[in-house]
Amino acid sequence: MIAHSVFFYIFSLIAIVSAVMVTVSKNTVHSVFFLILDFISISCLFIMIGAEFLGMIMLIVYVGAVAVLFLFVVMMLNVAEQKGQWFSSRWDGGTHIPIGLLVSLIIFFELIIVIGGWKYKPDLLNSLSINISSEVTNTRSIGNVLYTDYILLFQISGMILLVAMIGAIVLTYRKRAGVKRQSYVKQISRERNEGVDLVQAEKNKGVKIDA
Amino acid sequence: MLSIGLGHYLTLAAIIFTIGVVGIFLNRKNVIVILMSIELILLAVNINLVAFSIFINDLSGQIFTLFILTVAAAEAAIGLAIIVVYFRNSDTIRVEEIKNLKG
Repeated sequence: MIAHSVFFYIFSLIAIVSAVMVTVSKNTVHSVFFLILDFISISCLFIMIGAEFLGMIMLIVYVGAVAVLFLFVVMMLNVAEQKGQWFSSRWDGGTHIPIGLLVSLIIFFELIIVIGGWKYKPDLLNSLSINISSEVTNTRSIGNVLYTDYILLFQISGMILLVAMIGAIVLTYRKRAGVKRQSYVKQISRERNEGVDLVQAEKNKGVKIDA
Repeated sequence: MLSIGLGHYLTLAAIIFTIGVVGIFLNRKNVIVILMSIELILLAVNINLVAFSIFINDLSGQIFTLFILTVAAAEAAIGLAIIVVYFRNSDTIRVEEIKNLKG
């Protein structure tokens, strides 16, 4: 129990500090690295609490795909030159920092009040549908439910991913001039008489080739 | 203090959520950091769902966390594509210089 608490505090401290660093670090590449650290420590927390499948999926999806996507875009767009500025380069009479801090502080205290003073509904535990049993593994129980009860949502989420992929390709596609590409239709539909020319060659004269 | 309960996880999620909101409010550098703050907010929501799912012994929270993960990945891909197109058109993604919509 002690070890569990110690590890919880270590991982959550790392998560909070790296979340702060995502927000305040001056270099965007560093922000992406701290985002990766944040995801990793949260997925450690998930594994510790007993949701191993989600912890691993968090690692694969967030660290392996989303964070690397962010890293690619940051490096592609060359935004790392904006150094030496913290939130704002020209302080154009902006009062957005104190007001933003105030609003966020209010949001935080509202959340804390909600967490502190809340109780379960009395008949909650009877109304639950899918109990976690300790005999089957986490992955297996998720699979049991995901492909039966939630199959519609599962397929819709697949459609969402497909639409997002098509949208990203359509948005970033551009035709460039001066790029040589193959045209399969042109290659396949070539006829004999446009490729080969039969010439009657005379003796001692040869054939004149016009390009 | 020593035994970790639901409240600890909810507090952690609240802190990370607030940090994400602060990141959206205060950021004047570039739009990518705002997208990262949105990812932080979604992460906080995921922590809440998983913690409730474990502590009240019901699996549906974890299922919905999976769907939130899917939507977050799709949102990151589309958002980054929009940012790339915007950078190609106007050579900047600094927040204070994006004012085509006069917002």
